[in-house]
Amino acid sequence: MSEKILMKGAEAIGEAAIKAGCRLFFGYPITPQNEAPAYMSKRMPEVNGTFLQAESEVSAINMLYGAAGAGHRVMTSSSSPGISLMMEGLSYIAGAQLPVVVVNVMRGGPGLGGIGPAQADYFQSTKGGGHGDFRIITLAPADLQEQVDIMYDAFDLADKYRNPVMVLTDGLLGQIMEAVEFKTELDPSSFKPPAWAVTGRKNRPKNLINSFDLDLDGLERHNHEIQAKYKTIQEKEVKFESFHAEDSEIVVVAYGTMGRICKTAIRKMREKENASVGLLRPITLWPFPEKKMLELAQKPSVKAFCTFELSAGQMVEDVRLYSKELKPVHFHGRTGGNVPSPEEVIEKIKSVQKEAR
Amino acid sequence: MEIELLAAGFGGQGVMVIGQFMAAASVKENKYALFYPSYGPAMRGGTANCTVVSSDEPIGSPIFTAHQNVMALNLPSFDKFESTVQPNGKLFINSSLIDKKSDRKDIECIYVPSNEMAIEAGSNLAANIVMLGVFLKLTQFAKKETMEQVIQEKFGRKGEKIVSINLKALDAGYNFV
Repeated sequence: MSEKILMKGAEAIGEAAIKAGCRLFFGYPITPQNEAPAYMSKRMPEVNGTFLQAESEVSAINMLYGAAGAGHRVMTSSSSPGISLMMEGLSYIAGAQLPVVVVNVMRGGPGLGGIGPAQADYFQSTKGGGHGDFRIITLAPADLQEQVDIMYDAFDLADKYRNPVMVLTDGLLGQIMEAVEFKTELDPSSFKPPAWAVTGRKNRPKNLINSFDLDLDGLERHNHEIQAKYKTIQEKEVKFESFHAEDSEIVVVAYGTMGRICKTAIRKMREKENASVGLLRPITLWPFPEKKMLELAQKPSVKAFCTFELSAGQMVEDVRLYSKELKPVHFHGRTGGNVPSPEEVIEKIKSVQKEAR
Repeated sequence: MEIELLAAGFGGQGVMVIGQFMAAASVKENKYALFYPSYGPAMRGGTANCTVVSSDEPIGSPIFTAHQNVMALNLPSFDKFESTVQPNGKLFINSSLIDKKSDRKDIECIYVPSNEMAIEAGSNLAANIVMLGVFLKLTQFAKKETMEQVIQEKFGRKGEKIVSINLKALDAGYNFV
């Protein structure tokens, strides 16, 4: 077992990417994730990697497009408004079926927003975000160790499905320090370039990386191929944490920082008053744990759902959709960078309990 | 056991250092630690605070409505956070810069003239480490030797003199109570 190191969230993201074999980072600064590029600017030269500060987010994401096309593990990190600027590029990358990892350290919005933690980019990340029919695999950690582990998963999933992966985290997980452990260290010189990559044509048929086909049927075939891939992802890659979700009357649904706070609240309620409350914490936001949602909704013992988010209500739409509203779905959200305490969560859960009786 | 602290002051007083050192010493002793900074966009002069948790168990929520311990390094922090101390909690007050007394009877208040004590140790800048010493003694979240190691590691690159001033400041705080 390797040693535990006390690290800031945004820096741990950078180190985890390096340990996962990423040697290319292109980005443009924005709070509250600047510690990630700052860390990369120092670390990348030490591992023969490249850190490059682009002139804008639009340019950074297109650098990712090129590097991924050449078969390299590549990443960027940004925060909400910066991610919006990258959405055109992400659509192209999804169309061209290339593996890239993008970290969104979400801040409050809309517009420029504040630098406090928020979860207001759920729609953007899980419903496509840019133009065209595409999906971004979206992973949401709840603490720094999970955030580190998810960085490895992000690169693996991106490579496996040749699709962009978003690590959807927030200003709190970017700024806190906790002890983390890096489980493995991959050496990128041992990676073989993928067969589809444009690596210089030597004694092989040419590779073409393209996001579209001007032929109508050709483009439709291309889209079918992408959609078939998404179906596989939805079947195989769903991840969630269940904390007494199966044996509770009230099931709280929350992800990321909010999931962590809810877990503390639920633990307190179970310990103090033996409350029948559990937590379903999606770790993959897309693919959403839809089967699990329905399974819980169909349980006679489950009386209601309550979704907590640092937004005005985004994931709650998926909770309603996939539970088929077989049980009432309640919601509590905070915005603007405000984060509810476990006590605030407990108060809401108690009001849901009352209504369920 | 979980020991939690909110430390607050103005930017430049070393509030974040208090939090980071507490987290670092805890991790050194194989405990769980969480450090959550909160500050405005200014480097100096603005208000800054951080929440730190040191625990034998994995740490849950980083958000607290009431704090076990609060450390106020300047008057605005005292005014803002005095009411957030849990009943039976502790309020550490930098009496060099705060001439008010707390009216609360349900908490323990510790008044520390940390700036004067820091000047005695060699530098006014070490007032935060004086406060840390007091806090360490009263909560025992880590061993004193562990904190001394942290000070040596973190201040090492600033030279022997800075290290020794800060070790003296830690001592002064530790022996104050």
